[in-house]
Amino acid sequence: MSIEWYIVLSSLLFATGAMGILIRRSPVVILLCLELMLNAGNLALIAFSRMVGNQEGQVFALVVMVVAACEVVVGLGLIVAIFRRRLPLDVDELRELRG
Amino acid sequence: MEEVLFFLGAIGALGGAVGVIAMRNPLYSVLALIVHLFSLAVLFLLLSSAFLAAAQVVVYAGAVMVLYVFVVAYVGGDQESAWEPIPGQRLLAPLLGIALFVELAIAVLGSSLLTLGTEGPEVRPGFGDPAAIGELLLERFLVAFEASSILLLLAAVGAVVLAGRRRAVEGVAGSSSEHSAPKARSGEVPATPTGDPA
Repeated sequence: MSIEWYIVLSSLLFATGAMGILIRRSPVVILLCLELMLNAGNLALIAFSRMVGNQEGQVFALVVMVVAACEVVVGLGLIVAIFRRRLPLDVDELRELRG
Repeated sequence: MEEVLFFLGAIGALGGAVGVIAMRNPLYSVLALIVHLFSLAVLFLLLSSAFLAAAQVVVYAGAVMVLYVFVVAYVGGDQESAWEPIPGQRLLAPLLGIALFVELAIAVLGSSLLTLGTEGPEVRPGFGDPAAIGELLLERFLVAFEASSILLLLAAVGAVVLAGRRRAVEGVAGSSSEHSAPKARSGEVPATPTGDPA
């Protein structure tokens, strides 16, 4: 398979994740859509690393995985904190910071 | 054979991604994301990165998704309300997503990367196996490796601080949430100023 296919698939997955963030309102699902976008970036990194025959892109993808894990931990901690304070789990109702 | 595996993986990845944003129940979204991650691991194997495929399955589909399932089980997977603060959001968002994909596709096709249409150069058998990645990580990218370990430690401490049990703060928040959360969802316990029942 030529590398183009992987890049096109990666951009499709990225667009799907961005669409999910725009549509959904539950913070848990928004975090899941962030995962989708990060994974699309990982796929592009690995495809480009295969394209140039160089393993360094795979190390980048590994670091992106670490960052994604940190983001999940902090995001889920925030969601648990929101739930504990009995606020609604809906990003449209949690808009006190909006100008 | 490779084409068949690629299209199977691509269909799984896309189907999982669409499932994540289409399912009403967050638990089903998490399960769709697990399908997506396994399909991506297949694609990573096709791109001859065996270590990353294993890390994807073990770290993502194993550990991170279990965390998601626990949190979804804790906060409860209730349905989203049909109330839309921005009129036409459900119609506008897919259009913006399609526009983003078209833009990315134009950028890929318009790029002057001549090797994009090829399968890439021949690689030696050890390409992307744990030994090669570990050697790169500990020799050339040692700073990034250490920085990511510090980041993981900070995230763990931050999660304990954010989600930890603080009775005094919860008492204040419980009494003030009665006017800040006017729409109590059905099936939820009514807000009491004493904090959580445990």
